[in-house]
Amino acid sequence: MADAMINLTIDDVPVSVPPGTLVIEAAKQAGVLVPHYCYHPGLPVAGVCRMCLVEVEKAPKLQIACATPVAEGMVVKTQTPQAKDARQGVLELLLINHPLDCPICDQAGECELQDFVFQEGRPGTRYADYAKRFNPVEDFGPDVLYVPNRCILCTRCVRFMEDVAQEPVLNVSERGDRAFIGIHPEARLDHPWAGNVVDLCPVGSLLSKDFLHKARAWELDKTASICTGCSQGCNVTLDTRDEVVVRVRPRPNLEVNRYFICDHGRMNYRWMNRGDRVDAPLVRRDGALHATDWDEAFARVLTILRGASGKAVALVSPGASSEALSLARRLFSGFDWTGAFQVVMGEEAPLAGVPNLALRAERAPNATGAEQLGYSRDYAAALTAAESAAVVLVLDDPDCAVRTSGALIYAGAVLGPDAPCRAAEVVLPLANVAEEDGTFVNRDGRVQRYFQAKPAPGMARPAAWVLGELTAALGVAEVS
Amino acid sequence: MGFPHKPHPKETVVLSQYFGDQEARTYKGWVKRGGYEALAQALKMAPAAVTEVVKESGLRGRGGAGFPTGLKWSFMPKEKKKPHYVCVNADESEPGTFKDREIMRWTPHALLEGTAIAAHAIQADVAYIYVRGEFTEPWTILEKALTEANAAGVFGTIKLYLHRGAGAYICGEETALMNSIEGKRGNPRIKPPFPAAAGLFGMPTTINNVETLAAVPHILTRGAAWYKGLCLSNPKSTGTKLFSVCGHVQRPGNYEVTLGFPLKDLLYELSGGMPAGRTLKACIPGGSSVPILNREESEACLLDYEGCVAAGTMLGSGGVIVFDDSADMVYQIMRLARFYAHESCAQCTQCREGTAWTTKILERILAGQGKTQDLDLLLDLAENMTGKTICVLSDSCAAPVVSGIKKFRNEFEDYLAGKRKPVMVA
Repeated sequence: MADAMINLTIDDVPVSVPPGTLVIEAAKQAGVLVPHYCYHPGLPVAGVCRMCLVEVEKAPKLQIACATPVAEGMVVKTQTPQAKDARQGVLELLLINHPLDCPICDQAGECELQDFVFQEGRPGTRYADYAKRFNPVEDFGPDVLYVPNRCILCTRCVRFMEDVAQEPVLNVSERGDRAFIGIHPEARLDHPWAGNVVDLCPVGSLLSKDFLHKARAWELDKTASICTGCSQGCNVTLDTRDEVVVRVRPRPNLEVNRYFICDHGRMNYRWMNRGDRVDAPLVRRDGALHATDWDEAFARVLTILRGASGKAVALVSPGASSEALSLARRLFSGFDWTGAFQVVMGEEAPLAGVPNLALRAERAPNATGAEQLGYSRDYAAALTAAESAAVVLVLDDPDCAVRTSGALIYAGAVLGPDAPCRAAEVVLPLANVAEEDGTFVNRDGRVQRYFQAKPAPGMARPAAWVLGELTAALGVAEVS
Repeated sequence: MGFPHKPHPKETVVLSQYFGDQEARTYKGWVKRGGYEALAQALKMAPAAVTEVVKESGLRGRGGAGFPTGLKWSFMPKEKKKPHYVCVNADESEPGTFKDREIMRWTPHALLEGTAIAAHAIQADVAYIYVRGEFTEPWTILEKALTEANAAGVFGTIKLYLHRGAGAYICGEETALMNSIEGKRGNPRIKPPFPAAAGLFGMPTTINNVETLAAVPHILTRGAAWYKGLCLSNPKSTGTKLFSVCGHVQRPGNYEVTLGFPLKDLLYELSGGMPAGRTLKACIPGGSSVPILNREESEACLLDYEGCVAAGTMLGSGGVIVFDDSADMVYQIMRLARFYAHESCAQCTQCREGTAWTTKILERILAGQGKTQDLDLLLDLAENMTGKTICVLSDSCAAPVVSGIKKFRNEFEDYLAGKRKPVMVA
């Protein structure tokens, strides 16, 4: 449909975009980021910050790139003196009441106000003689603080709650320079997706209490990952500082989660930093588990597998990667195999304004993957089968109430002092999701990759490596 | 001018003919004066034909922008696929303007009739009259008039509703007015889409000022040619217009004159000139949002859309604010800026922060604490506030500041140089 495309020029770069595209989006295609605050691709256009003013040839005055649709033959210039002056003017006005408390602001380093002021703002202010407007910090909700002094009234948060979450508890209160973001007097910002307003806020006005003063943005390493909170498979970024996951933020994926994640997923990271990890392989000797090296642990597993025949049971976590699940199955290719997983269920919490996006009742990231690889949801039956099986593998399911007369192999990241899996012959220490690469299959069958954000503790290794070593040693073929 | 004075011989009395006439307020009295004949006539005509007559008459919007009314009506979809609406802008809040109030007070039926004719012309079933919240008396009178007219069944299938504002100046901006009717915060919307495409409730809508619609029945009964003939200067500005004269004149009030009338005559003859011993210093001819004229410019200005532009200002709403030589222009401009700072809807950055900052600088100059670079700063701010926002509120704040500094720079400089006694403003 090349002839249906609209051709235009942005800063002398020709681009072709579908009709109806906004100039600000077309500019991205030309490699031009038009500075903006109120515009966000996931929200309805407001056109209020007036920051994205650009020159459009033949237009009598500057146009806002966020609300101007492209037209055939349009010539857009973002760097003319007129456009730059206008944007500099907006920046100066945005700063007159801004406290410039960047040294104690969580947003510093990833603040759009900071970025654009550095990029094209004035070196000084002409507002020097006046006291800045002051309003106290407000507690908006379980995880959200509002710092009105830093607010630039872009209304992204208001529009998110109104149009995307469809629970309009925020508004712009008052008028003129007295305006601030107000919350319904009897409401809290406790919608299950409310945390997104913190990400949407271009400045440090809406803050996450969870992340408050925890780290500076420039100290963080960012790793692409997939949320493990439910079967939706939201794309996220894991922010780590000194090998500790400190924050989870949404990573845009228009097909899965657009620009958002729910608060459940956002808070679902502390376990990745747990200290009570199994950090060395353990083998049973004289009735007790003893730490050892991988060679001895592998040798013990191989002895068990080579010496056994008949029934084998795998009790796996639906949070394990597809690679691990596949190899765990291949390990038992000579056996009469049963594999099963169980999923913790919770309450479903949809995001009203986005179709097919919800915190799903099924609180595991890879149940679909496990099912596709032949694992059953009939966990109870598998537990019963395990009682009389020759070999039982428990994969990363530390609380599994397994009992067996056969040999028990436990592979996992943690193992509690009273866990039934303490009865294992061998314990193989595994990396958790933040410490390995892998893929999950979300509820819609979408295979999504996640990456290692931090090293695994001690001798713990990714499940795919551990199981891969074992299958290689056994020389087993592909599962038929 | 009507009530409480007799019209001046130089006035052309059309809209204000029954000002002061208690009986004209009633349905019966209005019918006796030829009222609702135009509506009956219009309802027999095809909608497009009504629009054509108004187009032919040259009637232009009296709210401020001066857009040709017939042309505006003709922008409505010819084929009605969605409900059409008429909105009447009776949110007259422009400082210095009080013409619509008088129309609603004395001739409420003229407005209702004009509204119904407009509704017929654009094929609307429903019309909303958005009345300024502070207008308690016009509201009561309009309510009574509407009840009477409804009881008489003159509107046929057209439904008229009164909607009362809550006191925001910005709700006089057409799209903010529509948001307000919809029950939302009165924030202006980005245009396009224009109201004729997506207005009230997202449907095609025409919005007109009270004075514009009140003129429509006269045009229908007396003919487009008659209205077009009411013209003293430029043929693009036809008909009569009410000018609300206030400030330093001996007889403030509403005067109805034919467009093209000299501002000088309006000031010195119709409104009786300045108080004794005083001379004209400045005049804002079109409500607070237009550039200020100095004495020479005022005396040369012709009151029509083109004449005002030629004089460097705009006809606006016809709110003539007069300052004599006792006026402190710095103070007056500060008062205007403060009004806009108070009324800014807080959407656009330039307006939200710019109006407030402008006010602060003007207050500082008045207090004798101004700095030499303040005038340049004001002009630079004004430049930033002009033509860059959703609506024209910030432009309106900038206009008097820019023209004020240009024309009365010496007064500002006197404050800056400490030659004037500082004024502390609360």
